[in-house]
Amino acid sequence: MTMSEKNTNTTVEDAVPPPRAAASSEPLLEVKGLTKHFPIYGGFPIKRKVGAVQAVDGVTLSVYPGESLGLVGESGCGKSTTGRLLTRLLEPTDGSITYKGQDITHAGRKQLAPIRSEIQMIFQDPYASLNPRQTVGTIISSPMEINGINPPQGREARVRELLEIVGLNPEHYNRFPHEFSGGQRQRIGVARALALEPKLIVADEPVSALDVSIQAQVVNLLQELQRDLGIAFVFIAHDLSIVRHFSERVAVMYLGKVVEVADRDSLYERPRHPYTHALLSAVPEADLDQEKRERIRLAGDVPSPIMPPSGCRFRTRCWKAREKCATEEPPLIQLSGSREGHLTACHFPEEPTTEARETDVVMDPALVAIEKELSGEE
Amino acid sequence: MTTLTKTEDAPAPTDPDAFLSVRDLRVHFSTEDGLVKAVDGLSFDLERGQTLGIVGESGSGKSVTNLSILGLHNPQSSTITGEILLDGQDLTDASDKELEKLRGNKMAMIFQDALTALSPYYTVGRQIAEPYMKHTGASKKEARARAIEMLGKVGIPDPKNRVDDYPHQFSGGMRQRAMIAMSLVCNPELLIADEPTTALDVTVQAQILDLLKDLQQEFGSAIILITHDLGVVANVADDLLVMYAGRAVERGSVREVLKRPEHPYTWGLLGSMPRLASDVSEPLRPIPGSPPSLLNPPAGCAFNPRCDYVDLVGGGRCTSERPLLPAGRGSACHLEAERKQQVFIEKIQPRLG
Repeated sequence: MTMSEKNTNTTVEDAVPPPRAAASSEPLLEVKGLTKHFPIYGGFPIKRKVGAVQAVDGVTLSVYPGESLGLVGESGCGKSTTGRLLTRLLEPTDGSITYKGQDITHAGRKQLAPIRSEIQMIFQDPYASLNPRQTVGTIISSPMEINGINPPQGREARVRELLEIVGLNPEHYNRFPHEFSGGQRQRIGVARALALEPKLIVADEPVSALDVSIQAQVVNLLQELQRDLGIAFVFIAHDLSIVRHFSERVAVMYLGKVVEVADRDSLYERPRHPYTHALLSAVPEADLDQEKRERIRLAGDVPSPIMPPSGCRFRTRCWKAREKCATEEPPLIQLSGSREGHLTACHFPEEPTTEARETDVVMDPALVAIEKELSGEE
Repeated sequence: MTTLTKTEDAPAPTDPDAFLSVRDLRVHFSTEDGLVKAVDGLSFDLERGQTLGIVGESGSGKSVTNLSILGLHNPQSSTITGEILLDGQDLTDASDKELEKLRGNKMAMIFQDALTALSPYYTVGRQIAEPYMKHTGASKKEARARAIEMLGKVGIPDPKNRVDDYPHQFSGGMRQRAMIAMSLVCNPELLIADEPTTALDVTVQAQILDLLKDLQQEFGSAIILITHDLGVVANVADDLLVMYAGRAVERGSVREVLKRPEHPYTWGLLGSMPRLASDVSEPLRPIPGSPPSLLNPPAGCAFNPRCDYVDLVGGGRCTSERPLLPAGRGSACHLEAERKQQVFIEKIQPRLG
C-alpha cells in the first residue's frame, strides 16, 4: 500500500461526491433505459423473427463534460454496442439518448450531422479502421472535408498540426497506413478523431490490440488529450487496470446491463456487486503478495444474450443467488453504506472490501474436484 | 549484491536434473528481404514438475522457440542450430517419425486460439481420443471412455453427451478446456502453453490458469507458459525468462524477476503496466520507440535504441558489444550489478507502488 492510497482511503470517509457529477450539473450525454435488440431471423420458406440478441437492455448512464467514464465487462456484455449507440452508429430499440439537452434517440441524418462532428470514435483494430488506399493526409482531413470545415491555416497545415499533437512526424503526411506500426496507426486514428475538435470521444478498446510497451504510450497520449483539450471520454475496455488508470468513473456491465457504477476509488476498493468482486479478483497481477486479495473463481462462461437468465442476469454464476434473484430484477440503486453516486444492482450485495476471505469462493466444479483431491492427498 | 549471491537457488544451466534443456538455440528464416533471426542464441533448462514462464512482446521469438521444440517449424524455410535435449534426446536432428512419436505423447501443446486449433470437421471427443489411440494403442471404445474422463476432469459439464459435440458448439472457455484435455490425454511430461488465455475473458482466464496449475500438480508435467502478460506468469510460473528480439535478456525465479528486476527492458515492461493498486495520478512510463525488426536488429544490445540507461555504461559498449546472459539468475545488460540495483531502487521501484 502506498502513501497515496492511504490518503484516498481517509477521504472516502468524508463521502466526497462523485468527482465531476456535482461540479458540472449538466450532463453532456445522457442515456436512459437504452436498449438494443438485434433480431434473429429463421424458418423456411418464409423467414420470420424467431428471437433477439438482447445486446443492451436498459442502460442508464450520463457522461459529464471533460470527464472520463470507463465501461468494463467481458465479451458479449454489450459494452461495444453501447459505444455504438452513444455515437448513434446504431439506432436504439428503446430508451432515449440526449446530447446537450437535445433528444437524438431517433434523429435523422440531417439532424445528427452537426452532433456527429462533436462525438467521435476511436476503434480497436488500427489495421482495419484505416483505409489502406488513402494516405494519412487524406484519412485525417476527410472529416473536415465532409463537414465543410476550412481551418484558417488550411486543411493540410491543420493535419500536420494534428499529426504533431499525437506524436507523429508531420512529414508523414503522404504516407500510407501500411508504412506504420500498430501503435503509430492507432495515433493516426486518434488524430482523425481530433480533427473536428470533438467534445466527446468514444474509445472502443483503443489499446487492446497493441503490445504491452506500446499500450502505455497510447494511454498516456489519450490522457494528455483529455486533460489539455477537456474532451470527455467514454473508455470501453476489458482490462480493469487500464480502465482504473484512465477513468474517474467506471460502469461495470454484464449481459447488456450495468450492474454497478461508481467513482474509481469506490468501485475498485469498496465494490458491492458480486460480479465486480469476481472481475477484480480475476485480474492477473504482477504483484506477488496475492494473499491479501480475495480469490473468486466463477463457473463456466457468460450465458447467451439470446436467452438471458430471468431476474438478475448474474444469478446463474453467482454464489449468493437465492430465489428472489430469479424472480425479481434488482434495480440499480445506491445501497446503504455506499458513497453518493455509487449505484449497485444486487439484492444481496457483498461487503465493501477486496480483502481475502476466510474461505475462497470457488464455483468451478473441476477446480473444486481437483483441489479437494489435492488437499486430501497432503 | 544480495541478488547475485542468490544464484544457487536458480537452476544452473548445466543442470543434470533438467528434463528439457535448450542450448544456444538459433532459428533463422531466410526470406526475400534477408535472414530473419527469430531466435538467436537461447539457452534454458526446465525440470520435471516445474513451470517456466516466457515473457516477451510479439516478435520476440517466444512462439518460434516452442514450435521448434515440438518440431513444428517449416524445415524448408528455416535453419535450426543448437541443441534441444528432451530427457537426453536431441530433438534438433530427430527424424519426423521420432518426433511424431513424441508429439502428443511425451510433449504436447496448448494453442492460443482454440477455435482454429481444433478441427471443425471432427467431434471434440474424436480429437481428444485420436492421440490416445495412436500412442497407447487403445481401442476406439477405450479411447472414447478416456476422452469422457478427460473432459470431466477439465470441467466440461455433462461430458458423456458433450463428447460428441463439434468445437463450434462449445463456448470459448470450454474449447480451451477441451484443448487442455486433448493435450493431457497421454500424460505428457512436457506441456507447452502458447498464450493459452489471451483470447479469453478475465474471469474465464482465472479459471483456466488455476485449472492448469492444479492439473500440473496432479499430472506432474513440466510446463512452458508463453505469454506477454507478466500478471499471468506471476501466478503460475516458478521461473521466468524475459525475451527481447530473439534473445533472453533476463532469467530468474518469478519472485526474483518481479521483485528485483535487473534488465531495463523488464523495468520498462513493469512500468508500462498499470496495476490495481498503482497511483493513478502518476502517468505510465512506456518504453519509447517500438520493437526492432529482426531482419536488421541493432548492433550490440538489441534494446539499446530504447534504453534510458545507455549513458550509464561507458565506452559505447551498448552499441558495439552484445551483453551476455550469465548462467542462472541474471540479466544480459552491461550495467554493473550495483548500478542496476541502485537504478531500480531509486527510479523504478517507487513508481511500481
